[in-house]
Amino acid sequence: MSANGQPAPLLRLEGINTYYGQMHILQDVNLEVREGELVCLLGGNASGKSTTLKTILGIVEPRTGAVILDGRDVTRDSTAKRIERGLAIVPENRRLFGPMTVLENLELGAYLRPRADLQEDLERVYSIFPLLYERRKQLAGTLSGGEQQMVAMGRALMARPKLLLMDEPSMGLAPVLVERSFEVIQEVHRAGVAMLVVEQNANVSLSIADRGYVLSTGRVVLEGKASELLTHDELRKAYLGR
Amino acid sequence: MSEAPSGPRIGVDEWVASAEERRQKTLSARAERAFERVPPAAKLALLAIPFALYPFLVEDPYLMQVGINTLIFVLLALGLNVAVGWVGLLDLGYVAFFGLGAYLYAAVASDYAGRHWDGALAIPAIAVTVAVAGFLLGLPSRRLVGDYLAIVTLFFLQLFLVILINSTFTRGPNGISDIRPLTLLGREITSLDGYYWTALVALVTVVVVLYLVNQSRTGRAWRALREDELAAELMTMPVNRLKLMAFAFGASIAGVAGAIYAPAQGAIFPASFDLILLITVYAMLVLGGAGSLLGATVGAVIISASLEALRDPEDASWLVYIAVVLVLLVLIKPWWRGLAVLGATAALGLLVHEAAERWWPSLVEGTTFGQARIDRLVDGWVLMPADFVTEEGLPAGAAARITYLLFVASVLALTLIRSSLWRTVAFVPVLYLAAVVWQNLMLPQPAVARFILMGALLVALMAYRPQGLFGKARVEIV
Ligand SMILES: Nc1ncnc2c1ncn2[C@@H]1O[C@H](COP(=O)(O)OP(=O)(O)OP(=O)(O)O)[C@@H](O)[C@H]1O
Ligand SMILES: [Mg+2]
Repeated sequence: MSANGQPAPLLRLEGINTYYGQMHILQDVNLEVREGELVCLLGGNASGKSTTLKTILGIVEPRTGAVILDGRDVTRDSTAKRIERGLAIVPENRRLFGPMTVLENLELGAYLRPRADLQEDLERVYSIFPLLYERRKQLAGTLSGGEQQMVAMGRALMARPKLLLMDEPSMGLAPVLVERSFEVIQEVHRAGVAMLVVEQNANVSLSIADRGYVLSTGRVVLEGKASELLTHDELRKAYLGR
Repeated sequence: MSEAPSGPRIGVDEWVASAEERRQKTLSARAERAFERVPPAAKLALLAIPFALYPFLVEDPYLMQVGINTLIFVLLALGLNVAVGWVGLLDLGYVAFFGLGAYLYAAVASDYAGRHWDGALAIPAIAVTVAVAGFLLGLPSRRLVGDYLAIVTLFFLQLFLVILINSTFTRGPNGISDIRPLTLLGREITSLDGYYWTALVALVTVVVVLYLVNQSRTGRAWRALREDELAAELMTMPVNRLKLMAFAFGASIAGVAGAIYAPAQGAIFPASFDLILLITVYAMLVLGGAGSLLGATVGAVIISASLEALRDPEDASWLVYIAVVLVLLVLIKPWWRGLAVLGATAALGLLVHEAAERWWPSLVEGTTFGQARIDRLVDGWVLMPADFVTEEGLPAGAAARITYLLFVASVLALTLIRSSLWRTVAFVPVLYLAAVVWQNLMLPQPAVARFILMGALLVALMAYRPQGLFGKARVEIV
């Protein structure tokens, strides 16, 4: 807890400027996720949402600015180091290990933890996604897109992250499963995991989030309480287009 | 790790409920599932039986020597499989570790070195030393992937060979020829049988270790790394450390193979560890299916045995003709079409031969180099021009060289034909041409023909089964 009674920020981006070659993508991005908080990151296509996550993970390095994780500046640290500090990600294109089974994919999510804990985590994941239990011996690459999304989420949860990053977890899911995936997000959130969720579906994600940020061409154009953003005119104009 | 969890509500959705009904109930599906349930130890025993029977079935010392070499090859293919098959690191320096193992044995057990360590000490020591060498090679290479890694490791192999050839310490190209026999706990191994069993015990040990490693967390991480390095890193896998481990582990298996090879041969030369060997071991892995222990083993046995058989004029033709017939029957579908191709080829040959006898008798006046019964049998079928080849079996004139080129060109042309019907038809003259080239030009030159045929075999296999005999097809996530 910091002095003002707020939970301490788990993640803080300070004045981030990220480039791809000559292209200035993220421009002065400031962003915060506090412990146990569910934050959603909204924005149209190519607004820099995935780039923000990549910057947090250290897959791309910002030219200026700092990434502070759990009170420590990790801007120059390797991806592996940051992951060890309690990050996990559900990547945009899932990136499962195709020729390996669902069970193997899940177990690999918890690579660094002692095996004894594995069973408990597996059961937790199976209870969220019963289908994965049935499919545990199937090769991940042969699953349907929606099933693969479940594996990707399950695999990230296996790491028992403090902060879970999700890039469009509902992408490619049928409407029922979209709802289900938001339920899952809420469930995980209730278990105390802080989350930064990238979503296209502003209404649904804001309805479950604590706070939100809206990116537009690499700048944070709006931020605030989710409930306030939901009714914000500018958000409707800028992002929902109506 | 797959026990049923007690907590979760299993089977709550539709898919789960109907999964059992959807499962195929055919005989082959059942058989496949039954085979999956055979315990791995039983599978290993099954695989080991033919190897264990071999020394009882053959008496010929030459064949025993072939058996030992084959076991060494299997060891090499299994070791290569670690870096290449499991982790996907294209390591072209691999056979240097085999050479290093062999030369290290010479360093601790030869008259030249004036030492004779017991194998029980030498082999583990060599395994560890070569593993360290593998680790060191991995250090500068671990951040490289694909082509870059291949070039750098190839450079290291070349460096190793240059050092061997130019150093007086290793006696240069003459090699070291007074290597002492392997001694295991005081007992000297002098018979070929003894070396065969030593190699087999080493092989079984290696297979068991590899199996366990593959099942372990590390083995799984290796395979994950091959699929997607970034994802593996995001899953907290120590990517660099895993790569170094793979280098070291594979290298140490090659080192052990070298430590058995050196005393079994009694002499070692730099030329035994060159690119030809590297290509051969890669071919074994590719044929069997990279990533599969069974595949590496079977691939190594097939290629080692074929290369040996092709050397022998008694067997070579049998092997080639049987292989061609089998491959045709398997590749051409439906099967009766393959049969028709064979029949048509036979008829074409008889016709051509008959015509040549009548109008151009010089085309059938040559004699074959082959000594098998089948060579005499095809004498009345294949054109055998007089003076086509020299006494040594080299092409004698322009006609012979043109025939060779024509054959290669026609094979290439065959791959360009789109229509399956016309391709089947085109098979007939190409096959006949192949037989002419084989009988006249390849058979007398087994050293060259061996590698041409190995290449042809691999190309044919890759076209129809890119993952190799026992490899799993890649599953792409789209
Ligand atoms: N490696 C790269 N090199 C060059 N430009 C890139 C690279 N990766 C992303 N970009 C560009 O950066 C911009 C932001 O991309 P980003 O992936 O962050 O968008 P996004 O907000 O995740 O969009 P979407 O919702 O479509 O996934 C895009 O214009 C994209 O073309
Ligand atoms: Mg994106």
